[in-house]
Amino acid sequence: MDSSVVDTRGLSCPQPVIKTMNEIKKGEKEEITVLVDTDTARENISRAVDAQGWKVLDVQPEDSGYKVKIGKK
Amino acid sequence: MRDFLATRWGVVSVGVLIGVFASLLQFWGNPGNMGICVACFERDIAGSVGLHRAAVVQYMRPEIIGFVLGSFVAAYIFKEFRSRQGSAPIVRFVLGIFAMIGALIFLGCPWRALLRLAGGDWNAILGLIGLTVGIWIGTMFLRMGYNLGRTNKTYTTAGWIMPLIMLGFLLMLLFDPPVAGEMQSNLLFYSAEGPGSMYAPLFVSLSVGLALGFLAQKSRFCTMGALRDLILFKQPHLFSGMVSLVIAAFITNIALGQFNPGFLGQPVAHNMHFWNFAGMALGGLAYALAGGCPGRQLFLAGEGDGDAGIFALGMIIGAAFAHNFGLASSPDGVTTYGIIALFIGFAVCLFIGFTMREKV
Repeated sequence: MDSSVVDTRGLSCPQPVIKTMNEIKKGEKEEITVLVDTDTARENISRAVDAQGWKVLDVQPEDSGYKVKIGKK
Repeated sequence: MRDFLATRWGVVSVGVLIGVFASLLQFWGNPGNMGICVACFERDIAGSVGLHRAAVVQYMRPEIIGFVLGSFVAAYIFKEFRSRQGSAPIVRFVLGIFAMIGALIFLGCPWRALLRLAGGDWNAILGLIGLTVGIWIGTMFLRMGYNLGRTNKTYTTAGWIMPLIMLGFLLMLLFDPPVAGEMQSNLLFYSAEGPGSMYAPLFVSLSVGLALGFLAQKSRFCTMGALRDLILFKQPHLFSGMVSLVIAAFITNIALGQFNPGFLGQPVAHNMHFWNFAGMALGGLAYALAGGCPGRQLFLAGEGDGDAGIFALGMIIGAAFAHNFGLASSPDGVTTYGIIALFIGFAVCLFIGFTMREKV
C-alpha cells in the first residue's frame, strides 16, 4: 500500500491540519501517517479528515507525541 | 470527563460556563460587561505592577492567574503537559503588543466583545465584524504558507516559568492586598476608582479562573480558532462554544438585570463604529498570526507552551505602551496616537504575514 509521512511535530495550530489536508488533496496516497506532538493536533486531525471522507486507522504513541495513521473511508 | 471535554458538547459546556460565570463575576463586583476580559485584565495587571500608571486600571486580576494555573493542573492530570518553545518568540512578543493595542482601541478582547454583545452593547457588533475580518485576513496568510516554524521540546521546568510567574503574582496579591482608598499597597498599585477598583472577591475570582482554566485546557476553547476553523475548514466545532458563551451570558444577564440594550452610555465602551471595527480587526489578525485568542494563549502557556507565554507577556507590555503613550481608547473615543499605532500595527502584521511563509 502506498503511503507517505507528514511530520507536523512542533508546529502550532492550525498547521498540522493544513499540512495533512494538503497531502490528502494531492490525491497521490491511499494512506498517510501524520506525526504530531500534542493531543490537540491529534484531535484536530481526526475531526478534519472526517470531513474529507478519510478516517483515522490507528494511533500509536511515539516519543512524547503520536503517530496517527489515516486512510480513505 | 476527559473525553467529554474534547467533544462538541464539551466545548459548548465550557462556552456556557464562561458565559454564566462572566455575568456572575460582573454581578459579584467586576466592571460592566467585563466579567471576564483577558485583554483588560492583563492591562490591569500591567498597571498593578506599575508598567503603566493609568490610575483607574490597576489591579492584579486573579482570573488571569487562575486561567494559567488551572490549565497547568489540567495538563498534568490529563498527561498533556509538554514543555515546548522556540517558534519565533520575538515575533510572537510583537504580535502580543499589537494584539493588545488593537484590543484597547476597541476596549476588549474577543471574550469581552461577546460579553458586551450579551449585555446589549451593540457597539460589540462592529467589533465582532472587525474580529472576523482580521481573522479572515489571517487565514489568507495561512493559505499562502504562513507559519512561524517549529517549537522545540525543552526542559520540563522551562514550561513551568509562566505558571511560576503567575504564582508569584498570586503571592504578591495575597501578601500585598489592596488597602481601601489607597492607590498603592506596599508594592502593588491599585485603583481607588474606575474599572480597576471594581472586582469580585479575590477567592471567588481565583476559583472561577482556576475552574475555567482547567476546563478550557482540555476543551481547547478559542474564539479566534472558532472563526478561523469556520472560514478555513468550514468546521463549526469551536464556533459552537463561542455561540453558547453569548447565549449563556445573555440569559444570565437577563436573570440578573444586567441587560441594557443600546449604542450609547455602555460601560467601558465608545461608539466610534469604524474604530471599534478596525481595532478588533487588528486584534483578530494578530491572534490569527499567533495561533490563538488571548484566552487560549493563557491556557497554552499553562500546558507548557512557552511561546504562548511570550505572547501573553507581549500583551502585558503592549498595555503599558497603550496607556503610557495614550493609545488606548476611553469612553470618549479613540485617540490620535491610537489611530497612528493602529496603522503601524497593521503594517507590522502584514509584514510578518507576507515575509514569514514557507513555499506551498
